[in-house]
Amino acid sequence: MYSSYHENSFSIKETRGTCNACKQCSPLGACVVFLGIENTLPMLHGSQGCATYIRRYLISHFREPVDIASSNFSEETTIFGGEKNFNTSLDNIIIQYHPKIIAVASTCLSETIGEDIKRFIYEYKNLHKKNKKLPEIIFTSTPSYKGTHYSGFHEAVYSVVESLANEGGNCDNHINLFSNFISPEDIRHLKEIVADFGIRAMIFPDYSDTLDGALWDTYQRIPPGGTSINDLKNSALASSSIELGYVLNLDVNSSRLKTNFLSQSAGEYLKTKFGINLYRIGLPVGIRETDIFFQLLSSISLAKSVPEKYEKQRGRLIDLYIDGHKYVFGKRVIIYGEEDLVVSLASFVVEVGMKPLLCVTGGESGKFKNILQCVLSNSFSNEIIIKQGATFEQMENIIINSEIQPDLMIGNSKGYYIARKLKIPLIRVGFPIHDRIGAYHNKLLCYEGTISLFEQIVNALLEKKQHNSSMGYKYM
Amino acid sequence: MFLQKRRRQIFVNGVDSFDLIGGIPSLAGSVSQRACSFCGARVVLYPITDALHVVHGPIGCAAYTWDIRGSMSSGSELYRNSFSTDLREKHIVFGGEERLYITLMELINQYSPSAVFVYSTCIVGVIGDDIQSVCSEVNKIKCIPVIPVMVEGFLGTKKDGYKIACDAIMNLIGTDATKKLSLYNINILGDFNLAGELWILAGYYKKIGIQVLSSVTGDGKVKDIQNAHRAALNVVQCSGSMMRLAKKMKEKYNIPFIKVSYFGVEDMSIALYDVANFFQDEKLVENARVLVKNELKNLLPSLEFYRRALFKTKAAIYVGGAFKAISLVKALKLIGVKVVIVGTQTGNVDDYKLLKSICDDGCIIVDDSNPVELSEFIKLTKANLFIGGVKERAIAYKLGLGFCDHNHERKLALAGYEGMANFAKEVYETVNSPVWQFVRQYKVL
Repeated sequence: MYSSYHENSFSIKETRGTCNACKQCSPLGACVVFLGIENTLPMLHGSQGCATYIRRYLISHFREPVDIASSNFSEETTIFGGEKNFNTSLDNIIIQYHPKIIAVASTCLSETIGEDIKRFIYEYKNLHKKNKKLPEIIFTSTPSYKGTHYSGFHEAVYSVVESLANEGGNCDNHINLFSNFISPEDIRHLKEIVADFGIRAMIFPDYSDTLDGALWDTYQRIPPGGTSINDLKNSALASSSIELGYVLNLDVNSSRLKTNFLSQSAGEYLKTKFGINLYRIGLPVGIRETDIFFQLLSSISLAKSVPEKYEKQRGRLIDLYIDGHKYVFGKRVIIYGEEDLVVSLASFVVEVGMKPLLCVTGGESGKFKNILQCVLSNSFSNEIIIKQGATFEQMENIIINSEIQPDLMIGNSKGYYIARKLKIPLIRVGFPIHDRIGAYHNKLLCYEGTISLFEQIVNALLEKKQHNSSMGYKYM
Repeated sequence: MFLQKRRRQIFVNGVDSFDLIGGIPSLAGSVSQRACSFCGARVVLYPITDALHVVHGPIGCAAYTWDIRGSMSSGSELYRNSFSTDLREKHIVFGGEERLYITLMELINQYSPSAVFVYSTCIVGVIGDDIQSVCSEVNKIKCIPVIPVMVEGFLGTKKDGYKIACDAIMNLIGTDATKKLSLYNINILGDFNLAGELWILAGYYKKIGIQVLSSVTGDGKVKDIQNAHRAALNVVQCSGSMMRLAKKMKEKYNIPFIKVSYFGVEDMSIALYDVANFFQDEKLVENARVLVKNELKNLLPSLEFYRRALFKTKAAIYVGGAFKAISLVKALKLIGVKVVIVGTQTGNVDDYKLLKSICDDGCIIVDDSNPVELSEFIKLTKANLFIGGVKERAIAYKLGLGFCDHNHERKLALAGYEGMANFAKEVYETVNSPVWQFVRQYKVL
């Protein structure tokens, strides 16, 4: 009976599933955002496995404890509904963790059986309205059959802001900086930069301490740090918002049946609802993209200038580019990962004279190629193979079939097996990095981050050359 | 501080007198360290190297289980890929059977696997895709075993998944009888060839004169497993996951089984003697004796060194299965380490009775624990070494404790005599690292 499927009884031809996907599911991204809010415990409304898998995946990258609660569906819950489990879960979280916020994300299971989580929250709050210490409960819808971990991340950024931001009060001249899915080290770097510009900024989400903290004296139920709840509430009073990244949660609509629902980013929400200026720029990697970011900060700041410290950093980066330009010129690069990351890496790659051969993402915003074209502008070439919604298997096949001979791969650790086969270096950036320590200290953004990235790349190429040389020189 | 409802799952040896309860569902919101039944089946079947493992569901379940075990292969590397039907909204609404069918047909053409395992997930159970029919249809066309593993995550814990995996393996056993047999042969059940452990064990058995006919599932090969019904004996390690299979094979093929553990000197030696004795051939027993003697001659002096260096060490153990926990307690005792906390995700009442009998007074025994409890126990007992998996590692490091991985991601062989030497060395290197001097001591409570 199923063989008839081959004769195409459906109007749209079905395709086969994937091998070695270049993405994770959306609740994972939401959990990362929740972990970047002060005193917040994430909870997944679904089976125990979702929470445990996501914890293990995040712990292996950040190497920090990651506590995510689960409402722990059973077969009975699946049939009769999960409200009881939902409430029990909230009760037990409060007993064990005393959080200020419980941030709930849905899963494919709870979404499909039609759980009305917003109503559950409303009723739970009603039930406990005498309890003045009841935590705030917020919710993000993240069915894993929709979008990727990346869109899940930005959906959560949006819904946290939407739940917490409130009007009332005067514009207090701070800005909102929606910093995207970057490393804890980069978050710290951004904080330093805005502070040096004399700008007060709410950076969200801020997991720079919660997912990269120091040793504890005693186990912290919820690690200290995170974007403060007050700042999130005041995000509607900002003078402007900056969003790093062009795609954000655009791909949440990609696999939907109906696209009449338009997703919004947090910045767009604040703009439409509260009229807050929105600047959207790329992730600042490389000189060009970082210049744009710094010019923007400079125009927002009182001093209207870039602090000398960064002029110097920029100078050192250019100096480094010159030191290394010969070793990278014409080198063919494969870049993969989340859409905005790939775009910013591609922009860096072309500005130092390397060639992006292949730009691959698991996301499916439909805008990937356009944005790449825009950002690369004159350096864009139709020879770049651009694949959205792609997998590592497809990536490998393209490399083999097109006989392109790459020199370098830039992306997360899941592509290692391809780099190993090709015998080329892999520069590990992004998420996840499961085969090295220190991913949380990866600095990628702005002039300093680019210095670190460029050095890694040049040295990896030099090492390969040195290793393969018959002479084994120790001077170059 | 702790959840009241869990009080029967926490036990202080020599102080409490109730029966420690195990095997009950986790409490919602408790932040259990457990996974789901899908995970259980996935990890058990994962090491079958030349099979195609297809997860029918949205991407997460496949993504999080891509190449996660340290199981090694002597042949095919197919099992190390992550195949998924990657279901989207339209499949949830209109059904994913067609997607599954096309996925299976194309992947079989592309990869020519020896068999296919199709795992259901939570959502597939809800939308009601008829995986069984799709599998049997593909099986008819492609003439290879296509086995549905109906293991929706919400069905229960990992242990429930183990049972379903055993049933899936039963479907494969007895479907081929062409492998050449030697005089004495066994199946190894419940070794997953982490860091090549199976090869160490198979080496011992070979020296004794016994053929490992089939390994379920470490370095597993479909053809070997199909022949497993012809073995004289099933040797079961990791009884938590494989007892069901052993019992079913006893029922259906009348193959007797023995339970063993390959971890620690004592258990390893008992395993070899038990297996050798089973065949009632004095030659085998003599071979086993010689082997054990030779191995111990090399190993014991080095262990003596570790024992002297480690006598102040207090260890916490939190692992998946009770059998592993029991072996760990014994092995740690052997190198002079005191166990002060021991817990498992899936132990049952009987397992915990056994644990109580081998643990010292004051040792905390816990079922289905969570980060809050584990960290409190560490504070109470002043443990300075933790043995567990990735999730426990983060807790241990954050509190400034040494940690040794005994989970399925590890890349260090811990089975057999060689494994015991590795384990002792790792514990020694962990505990004696000078970095701990920079960690502040906990305040005495």
